[in-house]
Amino acid sequence: MTNSWTDIRNTDLVIIMGGNAAECHPCGFKWVTEAKANRGAKLIVVDPRYTRSAAVSDMYAPIRPGTDIAFLNGLINYCIQNDKVQWDYTKAFTNASYIVKEGFTYQDGLFTGYDETKRDYNRSTWDYDIGPDGYVVSDNTLQNPRCVWNLLKQHVEQYTPEMVERICGTPKEKFSKIAAMVGETSAKDKYMTSMYALGWTQHSKGSQNIRTMAMLQLILGNIGVRGGGMNALRGHSNIQGLTDLGLMSNLIPGYLTIPTEKEVSLDTYMSTRGFKPLKPDQMSYWQNYKKFFVSFQKSMWGPAATAENSFAYDYLPKLDVPSYDVLRAFELMFQGKMNGYFCQGFNPLLSFPNRKKCTVALSKLKYLVIMDPLDTETARFWENHGEHNDVDTASIQTEVIQLPSTCFAEDEGSLVNSGRWLQWHWAGGTPPGEAKSDVWMMAQLYQRLKALYQKEGGAYADPILNLTWNYKDPNEPTPTELAREMNGSVLEDVPDPTDPTKLLLQKGKQMASFATLRDDGKTACACWIYSGCFNEEGNNMARRDTSDPDNTGAYSKWAFSWPVNRRILYNRASADLTGKAWDPTRKLIEWDGTKWAGYDVPDIVPNAKPDVVGPFIMNAEGTARLFARGLMREGPFPVHYEPFESPIANPIAPKIRGNPVARVFKGDMEQFGDAKDFPYAATSYRLTEHFHFWTKHAQINASLQPEFFVEIGEELAKEKGIKSGGWVRVWSNRGSVKAKVVVTKRIVPLTCDGKKVHIVGIPLHWGFTGAAKKGFGPNSLTPYVGDANIETPEYKAFLVDIEPIVGPVS
Amino acid sequence: MDLPNPNVQSPKVDLTERDVVLRSASAVPPPPDRKLASVAKLIDVSKCIGCKACQSACLEWNDMREEVGVNVGVYDNPHDLTPNTFTLMRFTEWVNPDSGNLEWLIRKDGCMHCEDPGCLKACPAPGAIVKYSNGIVDFVHENCIGCGYCVKGCPFNIPRISKVDHKAYKCTLCSDRVAVGQGPACAKACPTHCISFGTKEEMLKQAEGRITDLKSRGYANAGVYDPPGVGGTHVIYVLHHADKPEIYAGLPNNPRISPLINLWKGGAKYAGMAIMGITAAVGLLHYVVAGANRVKPEDEENAKKLAKGPAS
Ligand code: SF4
Ligand code: SF4
Repeated sequence: MTNSWTDIRNTDLVIIMGGNAAECHPCGFKWVTEAKANRGAKLIVVDPRYTRSAAVSDMYAPIRPGTDIAFLNGLINYCIQNDKVQWDYTKAFTNASYIVKEGFTYQDGLFTGYDETKRDYNRSTWDYDIGPDGYVVSDNTLQNPRCVWNLLKQHVEQYTPEMVERICGTPKEKFSKIAAMVGETSAKDKYMTSMYALGWTQHSKGSQNIRTMAMLQLILGNIGVRGGGMNALRGHSNIQGLTDLGLMSNLIPGYLTIPTEKEVSLDTYMSTRGFKPLKPDQMSYWQNYKKFFVSFQKSMWGPAATAENSFAYDYLPKLDVPSYDVLRAFELMFQGKMNGYFCQGFNPLLSFPNRKKCTVALSKLKYLVIMDPLDTETARFWENHGEHNDVDTASIQTEVIQLPSTCFAEDEGSLVNSGRWLQWHWAGGTPPGEAKSDVWMMAQLYQRLKALYQKEGGAYADPILNLTWNYKDPNEPTPTELAREMNGSVLEDVPDPTDPTKLLLQKGKQMASFATLRDDGKTACACWIYSGCFNEEGNNMARRDTSDPDNTGAYSKWAFSWPVNRRILYNRASADLTGKAWDPTRKLIEWDGTKWAGYDVPDIVPNAKPDVVGPFIMNAEGTARLFARGLMREGPFPVHYEPFESPIANPIAPKIRGNPVARVFKGDMEQFGDAKDFPYAATSYRLTEHFHFWTKHAQINASLQPEFFVEIGEELAKEKGIKSGGWVRVWSNRGSVKAKVVVTKRIVPLTCDGKKVHIVGIPLHWGFTGAAKKGFGPNSLTPYVGDANIETPEYKAFLVDIEPIVGPVS
Repeated sequence: MDLPNPNVQSPKVDLTERDVVLRSASAVPPPPDRKLASVAKLIDVSKCIGCKACQSACLEWNDMREEVGVNVGVYDNPHDLTPNTFTLMRFTEWVNPDSGNLEWLIRKDGCMHCEDPGCLKACPAPGAIVKYSNGIVDFVHENCIGCGYCVKGCPFNIPRISKVDHKAYKCTLCSDRVAVGQGPACAKACPTHCISFGTKEEMLKQAEGRITDLKSRGYANAGVYDPPGVGGTHVIYVLHHADKPEIYAGLPNNPRISPLINLWKGGAKYAGMAIMGITAAVGLLHYVVAGANRVKPEDEENAKKLAKGPAS
């Protein structure tokens, strides 16, 4: 989230699209209720189904799964055509006026530089015109036909309300009503908040879905303001923490990146990071990259990371592929190239696409280690559960080791919520049986590995042997010790450059924040964005002060919000070019003539003059990007691409199947189904009664939503002779499931490109372990393909067929 | 960093026998020496997202478990109130004929805590149902004989008889929590503040604000449901379409206690009998109505016959 949960109460308009906040984030949804009840805010819901969020909305419109970009480009087009643009904001705070390089074009769904065999682009023309001074060329009058604004205008022109209806199936009148409501928030004192979740990420163009809304929010002037923002509702209570800490194969904590094998030295690694400003006097925050990186290395390897050995740069693994994401991992297992798997708090057998393929992959492993508080399906993948897990146990040789772990309520530590708040919590219960904390297990593994290396040696043992491990009990580091490491500390005294009798940093002290981290090895910090969470003032994550001066919704003394306790990112953008709030009733920070100050920690150097330094300091431009340069694999502007399995050909580029740059493994392309065999558009989702595959293990939740079902509309039911409450079989080109069926008015057929499209909804909570009735999940059906930029699997749009069946005798 | 543990001392219980103003099958008790403020639970249906947190909190607090059932083509689980499920989310898909738009009406069903409780009036077992001066209607299970008269007497079809212990069960408005100064478990769990608890006066005021908001959003008939036919209730709803309560899974339009209630088996007599001694009366009554522990058709017949004559 750019903003916080509590800030949602400040909004004028909530748009829930690509998510279902009421259903999947009921507690956070209370802030929507507050905005509605106290500010008269309106709620728009756009979803293939009439959801529980829609039940309390002011405006609902249906949309075909996988067509969000068409809808959003349609909104951008509407705003441009109808002058619903926050002009001052757009001109000053985005790259609208920058001139794009000659050679960059877009035609028939593709940008310049496409290579079909590689499924990739040469992105060299996707950039700005850079002047001889090294700065970007711009035209503040927006007259130049090559400026970003005019290219954008041209790019979205084809997404008329008629085209939106043709692609999305959303009735034109509904779309137009929504466009008008959204357009109103272009006023300087009207803000809209976007709440989205996996309904946008789980597509082969998930990143672009989100980016398109971000662009819309920018031209409306809704980023960096109270009640605005791009608010990703994270799907697990600590998934934000997972991303922050870089628990991905290509990241290190704080969104720094793992080197690639081409980056053989620290210098080559640094040469493509730490961008120089593209505008005069702009600040580009990533210029501090090296400070964060070196402090991370010092935190990992302490004295073994020296200036001489480039701070142990060689200790880091180097990637030979863009990432070892989950799809690639299971593909490697499937090919027999990965033969051991540690599965910690994860249930891939139900979470990864194409379950059949997952089962084969797991069966090829030599060993599988499960660390989980629950008896997951993955842990039991080898056990025959009749039709619910029809495997030949005897033929599976994988050794499965189950390590029972504690659950969050039995642990002390912090969880990072969607709003970037690190909230400390205390153990509420004693773990049952032999359950041990994950930290204990990891520590044991490390101790044993280290002992083996010490005893037997091995190829390049240094990173293991030299790992910093200064914990009081080496067998079980405490949450406090780990949190203090994340915060970082001073390793050597640093004198104050203005007064050598004083110290800027004193050895042994906790870092106050990341502002004083150094690239000379004198500071250590495991996760720079968390710095400040546990400093000399104590554990700031444990703060529970509910004071909120002037009711801004900031609650700055509750827990700790990264970075530096900032509650709203880009908050400098809440004020105009003179530094005054766009909306005086929703002040955030203002320029008092010498510095920025207000209710939140300024997201800018406090003395940066408002008309000189742009607000988006994480970008080298200082502005936000309507044109993404070469940073997104599909292109600098979002294009509507159909899902890989789609009921119709792409109306704007009929020859292109799916996202033209999404990675597809050999064999998976052949498993995509076509509309002639699988006529119905399916989507998957969560229900409020359950949390993923956990709560089916809890008796009460199981009783509230006991049995796997799919949902279809009345018309399809009639056509197929399906009765509500009866049994159906649903199948795709990859698998088949049996389910109860709920026939509902909440799903209606949509007309797309002249064709009637029925939608089949498939919730995901059932499996073959736990207290609920045994059932299947959508991943038995979904395609093995992910988002082109980050590989989140395409669970939200695929094709199936359905038929009524006689149910099992119970 | 340690936080102090919450206070686990039992708080003072402040809702007792002395606050009872009505008792089933008994003479009206003398007016209590104090009158508690009238309470109400406000359920703002327009804010409900149907998350069932209330339903789950109710099971948790009362230490009840519902069986893991089946899906019968709807989101309501279980499919009806049961002796364990005192509150149930009922989902209705309703197409508004004026706008043509679908509305998903989600109503939390359960005891309404009637000012004039039909269950209590119908109950033949002395002291099995009581009403406190704050308005809460509570079942006293030791005194319950499981006859099912309360079910018949209730205009909302709320109480359910347990097959295990043959006693009647329904929402207590968390009288045990209210007794120690807390609100009902469902209100505490509700994430959207759709359920509030306070004095009836406060709740009606809050409802008014909500109705103004709903009217501003085009719900011209938004209103409060506090049906006068049962003297008003201590569980009240805010409805977007208060003119049509029946669209909310059959919420009665004008609930009233059946006139038969006063006449079943000469109900009025029980008051007199109770004076003879509770044990004897219960024994006798149980003998009279035992069997299926239900109201038998002939009982209803008798009542209907009686109803034709002058009420006693
Ligand atoms: S709703 Fe029914 S059970 Fe509840 S008090 Fe009224 S009559 Fe009694
Ligand atoms: S907890 Fe509140 S929002 Fe959830 S179902 Fe119950 S009343 Fe509705």
